[in-house]
Amino acid sequence: MKSAVVVFPGINRERDMARTLKLVSGKEPAMLWHADTEIPTGTDLIVIPGGFSYGDYLRCGAIAARSPIMVAVTDFAAKGGLVLGVCNGFQILCESGLLPGVLMRNQNLKFICRDVYLKVERSDTPFTRSYNAGQVIRVPVAHGEGNYIADGETIAKLEGEGRVLFRYSSPDGIFDPNWNHNGALNGIAGILNGKGNVLGMMPHPENHVETVIGNTEGRGLFSGLVDHLKAA
Amino acid sequence: MKARVTVTLKSGVLDPQGKAIEGALRSLGIAGVASVRQGKVFDIELEGSDKAGAEAALKDAADKLLANTVIENYRIEVMG
Repeated sequence: MKSAVVVFPGINRERDMARTLKLVSGKEPAMLWHADTEIPTGTDLIVIPGGFSYGDYLRCGAIAARSPIMVAVTDFAAKGGLVLGVCNGFQILCESGLLPGVLMRNQNLKFICRDVYLKVERSDTPFTRSYNAGQVIRVPVAHGEGNYIADGETIAKLEGEGRVLFRYSSPDGIFDPNWNHNGALNGIAGILNGKGNVLGMMPHPENHVETVIGNTEGRGLFSGLVDHLKAA
Repeated sequence: MKARVTVTLKSGVLDPQGKAIEGALRSLGIAGVASVRQGKVFDIELEGSDKAGAEAALKDAADKLLANTVIENYRIEVMG
């Protein structure tokens, strides 16, 4: 799997992401700068990592979404390339229009930094093929604006087309407002675009990939992508 | 030319920041506050004196960057 990580000023999780990509795929990812206009030939996966691009000025992800590299990312996605946005990366994908909806301030107004439980809704996607549908994984979140909202029509479409891939849940996989830490509509933690090749999610699977950390439940997302590309 | 773009949340969109401010105003004992919604104001200076052109440019700016029209409305005033 040939991957690339996009770096904007103010992004701070790109090294975690690069480390995970190297660990799981065996290949060092290319690091792309916001002012770059081309994706390296043969790239299979582009990752937009977490952080605080442009200091979260204006709206989270708003400035990054209008930077030169995003034109190339949009083009890459239109051609079917795999794109993963995590945390600020998810916000950037929403602001750029690659994914619908918006990530608003957490309902309790607090920055939430803790492990959460996610129900994996489907296993028949490149991003979740290492998991079973209905499986619950524990991964960390660290965000102040992760409260996903969209208009009723968009939510109905996302749910109807099975595009909600990860949902905040109890450890048993039950949707429960008490486990929906940021107040996201329907507990939405991660969504796919219509073509199924772009995933945005608030939690950080890249931080639960090594036994030394005590949890490897995020690793399946990356190993699944490697398997998907091998099979392709 | 001076212009102002005001961006506000659409009605129905939850505004936890507005709610927090509303609570703070109540705790200050300021009477008669029914509700608070927080927004943003952009004061922009424009070159030239073409008012219609300025309005068109600001609409473009608001649609492309200043507002996220999924959740926000905007209002443009060109002061001349």
